[in-house]
Amino acid sequence: MSAVFDTSRIIAVRQSAAMRRRSVLLGLILALLAAFALALYLGDYPVPVSGIIQSLLSPLTGLADRSVDFIVLQVRLPRAILAVLSGASFALAGIIFQTLLRNPLASPDIIGIAHGASAAAVFCIIILGWSGLAVSFGAFGGAVLTALAIYFLAWRNGVTAFRVVLIGIGMAAMLAAVISYLFTRARLNEVQQAMAWLVGSLNAARPGDSIVLAGAMLVLIPLMIGLVRALDAMELGDDTARALGAPVELTRLGLMLVAVGFAAFATAAVGPVGFVAFVSGPLARSLLKGAGRGFAQAALVGALVMLVSDLLAQHLLPTVQLPVGVVTGACGALFLLWLLMASGRSGRVN
Amino acid sequence: MSANHQLLAAGLDLAYGERQIVSALDLTLPPGKLTVIVGANACGKSTLLRGLARLLTPTRGAVYLDGKPIHQMPTHQVATILGVLPQSPIAPDAISVTDLVGRGRYPHQGWFRRWTPEDDTAVAEALAATDTAELADRPVDELSGGQRQRVWIAMALAQQTDLLLLDEPTTFLDINHQVEVLDLLTDLVRHRGRTVVVVLHDLNLACRYADHIVAMKAGRIVAEGRPVDVVTEAVVKDVFGMTARVVVDPVSNTPMIVPIGRHHAGKAMA
Repeated sequence: MSAVFDTSRIIAVRQSAAMRRRSVLLGLILALLAAFALALYLGDYPVPVSGIIQSLLSPLTGLADRSVDFIVLQVRLPRAILAVLSGASFALAGIIFQTLLRNPLASPDIIGIAHGASAAAVFCIIILGWSGLAVSFGAFGGAVLTALAIYFLAWRNGVTAFRVVLIGIGMAAMLAAVISYLFTRARLNEVQQAMAWLVGSLNAARPGDSIVLAGAMLVLIPLMIGLVRALDAMELGDDTARALGAPVELTRLGLMLVAVGFAAFATAAVGPVGFVAFVSGPLARSLLKGAGRGFAQAALVGALVMLVSDLLAQHLLPTVQLPVGVVTGACGALFLLWLLMASGRSGRVN
Repeated sequence: MSANHQLLAAGLDLAYGERQIVSALDLTLPPGKLTVIVGANACGKSTLLRGLARLLTPTRGAVYLDGKPIHQMPTHQVATILGVLPQSPIAPDAISVTDLVGRGRYPHQGWFRRWTPEDDTAVAEALAATDTAELADRPVDELSGGQRQRVWIAMALAQQTDLLLLDEPTTFLDINHQVEVLDLLTDLVRHRGRTVVVVLHDLNLACRYADHIVAMKAGRIVAEGRPVDVVTEAVVKDVFGMTARVVVDPVSNTPMIVPIGRHHAGKAMA
């Protein structure tokens, strides 16, 4: 081809998008660091900044102050880390489903996967009399089973987004009924325990809680990165994606499993904290303004939302510690109403 | 890029579930030509295109690309030879024209070959060919229907395939944009030696632009060949179930179909 094509404009557009992605990423990292610092600093037991730094460095320096170290290293730090990891996991689960199903309503806390985890956990608590880590295992199993059930019920020569959303919402309603039924059979103390689990909370975060979740993320994130390239094609519709040679079914199934993994491990760790999965992706995308798919940005938004919500939950009311799920639930519900009203006007939620 | 790839269908049966749409169809697409598939609604023309594009697996027979059954070839390899623009592709929210057109480079990229200057050139070339270069930084959401369709064609062009299949690329466009799109496809065939296959609704535009026209009815080919040789009043009657006069298009000297209808039957004889 003899003609020379001017690529400067193409390069400029690509670079400005890359710039936007990077600056959003950087801004979110800074905000997250600030929130993290605040989470270590705020609390009933006042610790000066120097004390916090000394405590954080104590494994290296050997300088120890047992009471301060307990507050910082055993209480605040594990709680903040768990908030970051679970928030990021919920967010990734949400944005994967929302992207694959091309629908902002398709996050796992709306299409029934969180309900599956909840129903299983409540079953474990009330019927089996389990507690602690065993309940988390039960919740994990419930999330995975529910996701599989939705996938197979939605299957009809392939899976369409719309069927998954509808069947998922039906599934959520059915599982909510199961939870209500289980409550009618429970004793009061079991109900209390089950309710605390259902709202989702970081109140009992211990240093070990993050390890399972972190391990899961170490496996799931590389898998996600491996599968995500095909989304370049799949975002244009299934036929276009197949025409471009993308492995559509394989990618969809693989990414759904990864997303279910994120949702299930996070739910097992902190309970079904509502709406973090649902809001993070759309928030990240609104910051990006079309400059990218925003998976990394969404993970950071999720971590930030979780951390800030937990700070609010701890310190908003002077006398009571709220579970974090109350804060995310209240904020998330408002966001859902806003989304439904905005999309009702522009007609974008399919 | 020379037109040396060969696409043909032999004994092709296509079905959606139990419903058979295309039966025992044989078709060889002439290389380096613009082939237009026409027919009444639900005659199977879009289904045939999906079959040719390996988007639908045949229940019998096969589609052969360069002599090999296309459904058994690695799909990413096919994607470097054969480009497809389906009927209703989806543009992600707020995506820019450059980003969307760049998605056409997907089959040329891989784990170890990400975006390169070659990709920039392919995108710039596709934008230039579709006269959309000045839209490069605009969000696709904000474009007019005609602009959007040209951008989608640019996406398919950025794939830089020898064969290009388009399913009703002119639907929902004003007549001026329809002509624009067909002029563009003709350029691709004449000046770049591509092989282009289009499903079209408008019979007159099909006659004007097609090098090779394929008329379908009930999942079978009724007639194929040069429009001048093939499009007759009898064929139009058979394919569309409509009486019409076929006259000579004063601009292109190709057949032009003038429908008669119930209210003008008497005058048409004059």
